[in-house]
Amino acid sequence: MRQLLKKIRSTGRVAEPAPERAGDGDVVLRGSVQVRHVDAGSCNGCEIEIGSAFGPVYDGERYGARLVASPRHADVLLVTGPVTRNMAEPLRKAYDATPAPKRVVAVGDCARDCGVFKGGYGVEGAVGDVIPVDVVVRGCPPEPPEIIEALRGLTGR
Amino acid sequence: MSIGWALVGVLVIAGLGALGAVATGSRGRALVAGVSTAGVGVFGVLAGVSALGGEAFSKTIPQLLPLSEVTVTVDALSGLFCALIGGVAVIAGLYNIGYSDGHGSRTGQSLLPLFVAAMILVPAAGNVTTFLVLWEVMALVSLMLVLAEHRLRPSVRDAGVWYAAMTHAGLVAILLGLVLFASKAGGESFTALRDADLSTTTRSVIFVLVFVGFGSKAGMVPLHVWLPRAHPEAPSPVSALMSAAMVKLGLYGVLRVGLDLLGGGPRWWWLLVLVAGGVSALFGVLQASVAVDLKRLLGYSTTENMGLILLGVGAGGMFAADGNRTLGSLLIAAGLLHALNHAGFKTLLFLGAGSVLRATGLRDLDRLGGLVSRMPATTALFGVGALAAAALPPGNGFVSEWLLLQGLIHGLPGADAVVAVAMPLAVGVVALTAGLGVATFVKAFGTGFLARPRSEEAAGAKESPRTMRFAMLVAAAVCAGLAISPASLGPALTRVLEALPTVRDGSPLEGGVTLRLTGIAGSISPVLILAGLFVAGLLVVVLVRRGLPRRESLVWGCGGTRLDPRMEYTATSFAEPLTRVFDDVLRPEHDVDVTHHAESQYLIESVRYRQRVDDRVEAALYPPVLAAGNKLGAVLSRLQNGSVHRYLALGLGGLIVVLVVVGLTA
Amino acid sequence: MSTLGVVVQVVLLIVVAPYLVGVMRQVRARLEGRAGAGAGQPWRDLRKLFRKEPMSPAGSSWVFVAAPAVLVASTLVIAAVSPFVATVSPLDGVADLFAVVALLLLGTVALALAGLDTGTAFGGMGASREMTVAALAEPTILLAGFALSARVGSTNLSAIVERGQQSPGAVLSPATLLAAVALAVVVVAEAGRLPVDNPSTHLELTMIHEAMVLEYAGRDLALVEFASALRLTVLLGLWANLFLPWGVATTASAPALLLGVVAFVAKVAVLGAVLAAGEVFMAKLRLFRVPELLAGSFLFGVLAVSSSFFLA
Repeated sequence: MRQLLKKIRSTGRVAEPAPERAGDGDVVLRGSVQVRHVDAGSCNGCEIEIGSAFGPVYDGERYGARLVASPRHADVLLVTGPVTRNMAEPLRKAYDATPAPKRVVAVGDCARDCGVFKGGYGVEGAVGDVIPVDVVVRGCPPEPPEIIEALRGLTGR
Repeated sequence: MSIGWALVGVLVIAGLGALGAVATGSRGRALVAGVSTAGVGVFGVLAGVSALGGEAFSKTIPQLLPLSEVTVTVDALSGLFCALIGGVAVIAGLYNIGYSDGHGSRTGQSLLPLFVAAMILVPAAGNVTTFLVLWEVMALVSLMLVLAEHRLRPSVRDAGVWYAAMTHAGLVAILLGLVLFASKAGGESFTALRDADLSTTTRSVIFVLVFVGFGSKAGMVPLHVWLPRAHPEAPSPVSALMSAAMVKLGLYGVLRVGLDLLGGGPRWWWLLVLVAGGVSALFGVLQASVAVDLKRLLGYSTTENMGLILLGVGAGGMFAADGNRTLGSLLIAAGLLHALNHAGFKTLLFLGAGSVLRATGLRDLDRLGGLVSRMPATTALFGVGALAAAALPPGNGFVSEWLLLQGLIHGLPGADAVVAVAMPLAVGVVALTAGLGVATFVKAFGTGFLARPRSEEAAGAKESPRTMRFAMLVAAAVCAGLAISPASLGPALTRVLEALPTVRDGSPLEGGVTLRLTGIAGSISPVLILAGLFVAGLLVVVLVRRGLPRRESLVWGCGGTRLDPRMEYTATSFAEPLTRVFDDVLRPEHDVDVTHHAESQYLIESVRYRQRVDDRVEAALYPPVLAAGNKLGAVLSRLQNGSVHRYLALGLGGLIVVLVVVGLTA
Repeated sequence: MSTLGVVVQVVLLIVVAPYLVGVMRQVRARLEGRAGAGAGQPWRDLRKLFRKEPMSPAGSSWVFVAAPAVLVASTLVIAAVSPFVATVSPLDGVADLFAVVALLLLGTVALALAGLDTGTAFGGMGASREMTVAALAEPTILLAGFALSARVGSTNLSAIVERGQQSPGAVLSPATLLAAVALAVVVVAEAGRLPVDNPSTHLELTMIHEAMVLEYAGRDLALVEFASALRLTVLLGLWANLFLPWGVATTASAPALLLGVVAFVAKVAVLGAVLAAGEVFMAKLRLFRVPELLAGSFLFGVLAVSSSFFLA
């Protein structure tokens, strides 16, 4: 316990200073966004970036965004990857299970337009083909600050 | 109405009802039996209420019984139990009209009013012979009622044998105790027994004998084994009568003989009662918390509640023996109040379980579920009973457990070492019992009635007929009345305590909206709690009502295929953590059968897992006794070789022994 | 005037409860090197959730719909009757230790039934575990209550708090200290904090409370989250005032009430921060080790009662 205490003191604050942000955010969700992440067929590159976006360095939580375990608790579905045939129905179900008002953020080029997987026999389409998308984050994979930027656009903080 | 006429009413209606039920065909039989049972109950309540109002009654009818006379004496203590039994009978009788409609057996239906009459008259008995005769009539009639459905399930016969053996073992103990008492006192009327001047040893022997006998009727561990068998196997109105009313007569016996006729006694008597009560409460609730048969669960819960009541009576007797009458009367009043509350909610629960049984044919909680949308009224009423049985506010069980805890807690100041050790342990037992009781009834209600049905039978359930719902509604109303205004029972309880000379001490509780204890600091207001909950709930509902309307959506199954009812938690899975925690006490049996493929032993075709929790007390104590009995029987059967000469010789020998004994003692 | 005390107290608890959760999360965030969302975040979450649509899973009943309201209502009654800010209350007849404990249990039961009513394996699992923990915590609570009330001769919370104020030395008696340890364990267990339950976990091996509320959404979820914050506040507040009774108003005058409010906020904030800091150093116990922890606290309860008798 003493060691951990020492470590806490020596490490101090890891979070980087928050960059400036303009805009008011979403009207309903102002200040608080609960995020359910849905992997609809991603290569897991975006997952690593999302993981870091909520890690101590970028600290997505400080802007009022938080990852939750169930779409019932969520306001935002953070969808990654091209939607595979197997994940199309679950994605629709997850969208249905999310209480209104809800937003969908498509993260990564694959989610936007299937990226390199376009035309693949197992791919149903982009996220926008399956459920309505509100925000798109481009990149392959997008960097954590870009993901956070998109979420801050919703929380307004 | 005077008590005498009410008791005559009990007898007349019971007789007419029994004859009527015998005479009617299968269509109207349930109606006749139900109405007459309810009628008997009404007269029982009338007699009881008059006695609780201060009226006393005593009557001797000479030469009605051979060698003895019939004495009937009703005081407030008897009155309380007459009223309790009568109340349960009214509800069970009404319920029977719908429950047994069209399929009640002639024996079962015609005995129902007689059973109730026998139970009501037991506390009215005024001498030993009358008491014992009525006690045995009650036992025999209830035995036949337990056996009413023996053609349907073989388990009924097994239950009947256990019940018959245990109730008669109990009778033997009571008989020995009371006969010894009467012979030493030189008279068998209760008045003579009360005035008898006996040595402490004799009194202790009498008390222990009588306590064993009454304890077995009250379902005390380890004499409880008949209860979780017989109560579930009887038809549901009979289950309610037995579990809510008949077991209370065990309590009546302990109070009548221990505190009234024997006049208190040394402290260790009551310590014995306290320990027996505590062990029963804990063991009962533990078994109930892992039971999956709904009626068996309720049976074990009866053992638990009787344990709590006897714990209170034992602690009260202890304080009374120490001369602390304030606490003594408070704790006994708590026990009596809990007896009333238990009668109310256990009637309701058994009738609810009966409705479920009638609608689905199931008692197995693992296969029930989904009744909330199919039997909404039954579900809601069972919920009321479960809330009370869990001793949660605003249910009626809460107030009496609160009183019990108050009594135990205030015993510490000025106590000696025995009390200082006993009271914290008793509080711990009551608390653990209460906690496990809550888990038990969450399980019973949550897995039995809520969620989606786990079997086709449950899915096809239909709501019960109106008479059954009405009977349950009456029971729920009684529970509600007891919950809201326990203080109004103050005067009645005071009168009952006045019948117990060593405890008598003014009124233990008083007040209107707020129940206040007298002599010690303590107050509780069930009405305010209820009002507070209501106001706060209303506030919440009004404040958050605005906004988007509610939407129904499929159960979230992580996007996978639809979750089916087989994936729901069952009663067994609900109780699994408790089974693990209390592994040492419950000793569950696990069977794992692995079937391999014929081609290769590395491939498994199926795995079957079964877990069973048996009654460990029974498994440990009874087989040796039964084995010894069998062995003894084998030895004694050698005496019976069919020769008349030998039987004559044995008879002569026996006569000589008796004459010698009489000659020596006279 | 004493009615004013009740109103002040209820409003104060309603306002403070989400902030307490916010402060605790903030303390954890800082110790973990993060910036944290700020103490006001739970209130922002609630404001948003209250505007969202509530959902019922197919096959569930009125029990699922009513449970959040019962949970909040039972906690609000405790907030109204217990001596958090002032000991003078018109609802004296309810301010009993056992009644408060039973009301807490009532809320737990409501949520457990709702968990079972959803018909999901998670809901049932959470309900089963929650009831097991609640049942095993019960003896400790009552025994600790026994130890505290033995000194006062009453289980009335106001009486216990007032007696604590009058004889400050008694707070350091062995009985009180032992009872404090026992109750601290139970408070942690009942509030669903580490090491008994982890409010931020969603692994099926470890979830207790979260598993029951997985199906709640929108307004219902807001009520459940608010209630759990309020329960945490109530539990910490009760613990604080039973063992550190200073500052609680014994009259209903305005300055006394003000002092009571300040003292309550300070005590609860400090306790919350300590609890949150402690959680950083702790891992969750394996589920079947929790009974051992509770049995240990029960032992402390027994010791507390016996020391209140033998060392009195």
